[in-house]
Amino acid sequence: MTALLEVDQLHTVFRTSTGVVKAVDGISYTVARGETLAIVGESGCGKSVGALSLLRLIPDPPGRIVAGRVLFRGRDLLSLDEESLRRVRGREIAMVFQEPMTSLNPVLSIGMQLTETMLVHLELSRAEAERRAVALLGQVGIGEPERRFKQFPHHLSGGMRQRVMIALALSCGPKLIVAYEPTTALDVTIQAQILELMKGLTAELGVALIIITHNLGVVARYADRVHVMYAGRFVESGNAEQIYHRPRHPYTIGLLASVPRMDQPRGHRLIPIEGQPPDLARLDAGCAYRPRCGYAETRCALEVPALAEVGDGQRSACWRHTALAGVTGARP
Amino acid sequence: MSGRAVAHDMPVPGLVDKGETLLELRHLRMHFPVTEGVFKRREVARVKAVDDVSFTIARGETLGLVGESGCGKTTLGRCILQLERPTGGEIIYAGVHLEELSSAEFRHLRPRIQVIFQDPYSSLNPRMKIGRVIGEPMMVHGIEPNAGRRRARVAELLSVCGLSPKFAERYPHEMSGGQRQRVGIARALALNPEFIICDEAVSALDVSIQAQVINLLEDLRGEFDLTYLFIAHDLSVVRHLSNRVAVMYLGKIVELAGVDEIFSDPLHPYTRALLEAVPIPDPTVEASRPHGLLAGETPSPMNPPSGCAFHPRCPMAVSNCTRTTPELRELRPGHWVSCGEVS
Repeated sequence: MTALLEVDQLHTVFRTSTGVVKAVDGISYTVARGETLAIVGESGCGKSVGALSLLRLIPDPPGRIVAGRVLFRGRDLLSLDEESLRRVRGREIAMVFQEPMTSLNPVLSIGMQLTETMLVHLELSRAEAERRAVALLGQVGIGEPERRFKQFPHHLSGGMRQRVMIALALSCGPKLIVAYEPTTALDVTIQAQILELMKGLTAELGVALIIITHNLGVVARYADRVHVMYAGRFVESGNAEQIYHRPRHPYTIGLLASVPRMDQPRGHRLIPIEGQPPDLARLDAGCAYRPRCGYAETRCALEVPALAEVGDGQRSACWRHTALAGVTGARP
Repeated sequence: MSGRAVAHDMPVPGLVDKGETLLELRHLRMHFPVTEGVFKRREVARVKAVDDVSFTIARGETLGLVGESGCGKTTLGRCILQLERPTGGEIIYAGVHLEELSSAEFRHLRPRIQVIFQDPYSSLNPRMKIGRVIGEPMMVHGIEPNAGRRRARVAELLSVCGLSPKFAERYPHEMSGGQRQRVGIARALALNPEFIICDEAVSALDVSIQAQVINLLEDLRGEFDLTYLFIAHDLSVVRHLSNRVAVMYLGKIVELAGVDEIFSDPLHPYTRALLEAVPIPDPTVEASRPHGLLAGETPSPMNPPSGCAFHPRCPMAVSNCTRTTPELRELRPGHWVSCGEVS
């Protein structure tokens, strides 16, 4: 089966006063129809630039996609003309952002924003679009959809706004939704509602989902496959079970050991990853994680390890991945 | 309303075997007026941000305070710091009634109570070098008037917090989020406090950095005999750091118990729902765990539901819950719950 989305060696750089920052430095992945994929990483790792690059939403200057292909249903989005790309954005690939207040237009009613999108992309009459918009609001769990349809974003709570964003994302029947930190700004009980809603609706409608987040718990609960990103590259890829139970990259192991877990006995000390993430403008020839890595050896300073297969489809970008076999992310 | 009018014989949730009480809140209320009208302001409603909250914190203890946005947890911290004048109740700090003090009188006590905020960027003056950020409180409070010794003390505080003394010459924008939060902690420590309110102190940090700062807070607690009120929405972090945990919903404490007890045997339906909502970073555990979703959203504190404020979202609600406001009762030793339906 061919992949719905195939990202191949995507490189996005930013030209800044201190030099060229390789925000995304050659990431490749595929998304199958209906699959939920997670890209997990900390601030500044390039995960948002990677997501925005898919639909060429990187402001140029200072940013520029310098190499790579983004094949969506066989077409390369990076070489598509603006007009064709606009038909893909919002219609076939929809995005849900972290902060629903800044992604919704504050001076347009909820209904207006929903119908406008559909009128642009779909061949519908206004009445049909309005009917569909009300139905969508109901589908994403908004009570009294007819009343909400007429309201403005500031009338709604954060959770409600995120539901509207999901309705908006679903409105044109996309094949893929890219959700960037979709629940980070929300309270835990609301976060759970929104994630269950997204997971349920995407499964029901056969929509593929890319969740981009820093939250390891969210990834564990919802993702089929996981890519761990550090300093612009994927350092480890695998299914959720592999990543959480048999991590083969020191960064993944470090991340898992640094979060307190509610299901484990209390009283142990957290094992943080020492140091800071690197300055992407000043990377050297070696592995970017080396200065923080407890497993680093001479070779790590000389050459960046490629993301290589370590078994069963799991891949790790670490020279010492064989030494990590048997190291579990969970604490003993 | 004067705090004095409140009955004193009511039991106050505290430790079972009480150590020395450092802070006690009795029926604390912070109601904000909501006004309308341009020329003639009239009060149309009151937001009960903190409504009848009582608890104690023993010296050396860490009390975790959890709840979702708008539940009043930050306002509660601000009341203790006297950044808000509570509209009712008592705040007794080391035997002193804070609500009776003038601002000048409170200034003498202020060095003993410090705060670490969530966003280390907006809580540091961008035009001040770090050395001055940390040193100035010492000057203001006359703790270290000598400039040379103050510089030495700043260097010491920076290294205690895991930063190179060179950072004294830097500006906040030259530092990462984790480093800025360490500066926030160093500034709080500058006045030799005994009590620190950590208001979402690690929430804005990335996980790898968050663990560093959590460990730092733990180390400092031991080293300087600190008492923490740890306000956060991240339950895993609260569980890791706290001795006891209080859960707040719409201005009220709904459950308060020792940390192991509240996490292994939560009694209030809201606490249960909160705990189930937190995803655990393990796909196998997640697949086998119940995710009892809480319906609906937190109601507006301006117009809270009648009776138990949680009843519209509560899976256990019975008709009585819409009428009677449950009291916080001690159902088991040290385990306080405000729900009429659990026993």
